[in-house]
Amino acid sequence: MKTLSYLRKYFSCLILSLLGLGLLPYALADDYPDRPIAVTVAYSPGGATDFQARLVTMMAAQEDYLTQPIVIVNKPGAGGQVGWNWFAEKADADGYQLAAYNVPHFIAQSIVFDTKYSIDNLEPIANWGADPAVLIVNADSEYNSAEELVEFAKNNPGKVTVSGAGQFTGHHIALLQLAQATGAEFQYIPTKGGVKAMQRVLGGNVTAGFNNLSDSFRSKDKLKILAIADLERNTEFLPDVPTFKELGIEVDNSSVNFRGIMAKKDTPPEVIDKLAAGTVKMFEDGKVAKKMNEGGSPMHIMSRDEVVTMWQERQAYLTELLKDLKKE
Amino acid sequence: MEFIQYFPEVFTFSNLTILILGTMGGLLLGATPGLSPTMAVALLIPFTFHMQPAPALILLGAVYTATVAGGAVSAILVSIPGAPANIATMLDGFPMARGGKAMQALHYCFISSFIGGMLGVLLLVFFTPVLSNVALKFGPSELFWVAILGVTVIGSLGSGSVLKGLFAGAVGLWLSTIGYDPILGEERFVVTDHLAGGITIIPALIGLFAIPQVLGMLEVTEHQQAKMLALESQSIWQSIKYNFSRIKALTIGSIIGMVVGIIPGAGGQVAGIVAYDQTKKFSKEKDSFGKGNPDGVITAESANNAMVGPSLVPLLTLSIPGSPTAAVLLGGLLINGLFPGPDLFTIHAQVTWTFIDSLIVAQVVMLIFGLTISRYCRFVTRIPQYYMAAAVTVLAVFGTYSVQNSMSDVFVMMTIGTLMYLASKIGFSPAPVVLGLILGPIAESNLIEGKLIAQSGDGFVAYFMSGGINLTLIALCLLSIGYSLVTELIRVKKSRENTI
Repeated sequence: MKTLSYLRKYFSCLILSLLGLGLLPYALADDYPDRPIAVTVAYSPGGATDFQARLVTMMAAQEDYLTQPIVIVNKPGAGGQVGWNWFAEKADADGYQLAAYNVPHFIAQSIVFDTKYSIDNLEPIANWGADPAVLIVNADSEYNSAEELVEFAKNNPGKVTVSGAGQFTGHHIALLQLAQATGAEFQYIPTKGGVKAMQRVLGGNVTAGFNNLSDSFRSKDKLKILAIADLERNTEFLPDVPTFKELGIEVDNSSVNFRGIMAKKDTPPEVIDKLAAGTVKMFEDGKVAKKMNEGGSPMHIMSRDEVVTMWQERQAYLTELLKDLKKE
Repeated sequence: MEFIQYFPEVFTFSNLTILILGTMGGLLLGATPGLSPTMAVALLIPFTFHMQPAPALILLGAVYTATVAGGAVSAILVSIPGAPANIATMLDGFPMARGGKAMQALHYCFISSFIGGMLGVLLLVFFTPVLSNVALKFGPSELFWVAILGVTVIGSLGSGSVLKGLFAGAVGLWLSTIGYDPILGEERFVVTDHLAGGITIIPALIGLFAIPQVLGMLEVTEHQQAKMLALESQSIWQSIKYNFSRIKALTIGSIIGMVVGIIPGAGGQVAGIVAYDQTKKFSKEKDSFGKGNPDGVITAESANNAMVGPSLVPLLTLSIPGSPTAAVLLGGLLINGLFPGPDLFTIHAQVTWTFIDSLIVAQVVMLIFGLTISRYCRFVTRIPQYYMAAAVTVLAVFGTYSVQNSMSDVFVMMTIGTLMYLASKIGFSPAPVVLGLILGPIAESNLIEGKLIAQSGDGFVAYFMSGGINLTLIALCLLSIGYSLVTELIRVKKSRENTI
């Protein structure tokens, strides 16, 4: 008898829990979008990508934009691989599941690692931001220019440590380019996220660092910002910092961290068009721009067609740059 | 004394309303398994989008403060820590509730939270300039040793043998390596796709604590239930008097909480457990810990709330967050145009000080509201255990799923939970497993980073074993190990003598 009552209790509890599972939202309909849209962010809450994704999608529910709110879902891990793998493999191609992309990160990872995603099974929607990488040293550092640092690295191969946010992120690409352009040898120190990488520079644990322009600008009192890995100077935030090209070092804008929204390849074309039009308008909203600007996050809005070209250019360049690093 | 002049700002009608609602909401959010303080603050950031800077930060600060304390409610009443920070609270809080002392446990929890929290905020108010650079002293090697120090306390957690504790801790450390390598991105132990994301802390926490609990609830006899129902009541005044008489537990908890808060990246989960371990070691009644000793609740709760204020010190001055939740709060500061640094205390002094003052007021609101709801705990303890089991299962599944909308997490949670239930039958406790899971990634990523830096510098030994902080931490590790060994030997010897 005792076992029986135990079983009864057990089953009543099991049934109730299954009821709970059944309540998870699930519905399908014809008119897109008729329910909230999820955007997967492959980084943890509070990071730059997460924070910007939350800001630029705030106004999604407005009549002129997407008419439905956007919900951010974080799937962090392995510099973005976990979230993007999940998205490429498991997400529905119905326009209700989108993801935020970071270029060059996801393209570089798809070249080096055996990932389930690449530009071939993803479809860009629109780009909202661009954050160039800058070369920084601690304010107390003995190096006052990029040339001095490169000179020392040439004479002392592998002695110069440079921090950046993880493997094959924009920061890592910038360092690989710098090493290739100058022939100097650096020791890259990948950290978990840009904030950690900055902390290593501020704490004097590493010789130098590549970090986001926006974050470096905020900490500029405690840093020396030596050079910017872009085609032009940033006149708004750092008018006095030279580009690498000005210094005669062949580092272009391939490491600039572009952030935007993408869908799966098989998403219906009508849905993609609707999204592409709505998101650009949403990014252009004055309120979004104001908050992004106050947060020191540089906006760079690009339409779907522009992003398609940008992805292809990066794919071609990075395949060449990373050809020796490919893992089998 | 600049902070006093901004108090009136907190007491304007709208700001005070936001603060009270934020604190009450935070307590409820914190009590929900799966909704950690970090999650709660991240979810609220979009809501502050349309608000003025001061009320926005008041809301975030109040929720941060209250969720940390709220997690203790479910830890005490149903033995599921609302957040990793409340694991240590549960170790004695739940046994107290089982013994009919749920109300006392909740009283001590809120009073100690209040005291610890106040001390923490006062440290923030008066010592920010002095302490701002401490965070920078903790590089990869120092943080590695902090994590190892945490590992050394694993064995003595929970009641039972040190050996079993260490084994459970090792299992936790191993579980933390599943998934991708945190730095280099290599795949490890991914035997099914469900493990690709690794075993993250919330599903593991819920699985390890809630599932054995649910299965255990089905075994509760009428007699035990009757004991929980015979709830002893105690006036708030008696609780306050008793709470202050446990000055040693309070002091140890508050000091450890404040120190851990300043170290970037460690956070409340480590604070509570380290404080619990120290209080136990300094106590004359070591054996009563884990069986409902009020000191355990007092020290754990004062520690995890004392951590809140100091974790904001490196955040406000250097934009380096002292805890995972503070990292999310950084986003909240930035969208309001507040860049961490000296400007915060000059140009933006009004908003910054109003925010800090609101943390003080939030502590008071939390205390009043918390003590008020404590008396209703009888409604929870009165629910028949098998209904409770069903409710907890639903909450566990829902809480796990909602972290990243992932069924894989639910499977992981259920599997770990079932295994833990079986392991608990042979005397293993879940706390060391969770601690291993938390400390593993901290130790590992800092070891790899430090190793890479050391390679291009003076070498491994020179890098990890020089410098004042490193040596101090190593000494503390050795002391901690030595102490555990000695007490274990004495215990074994005594039990042998007794049997003879």
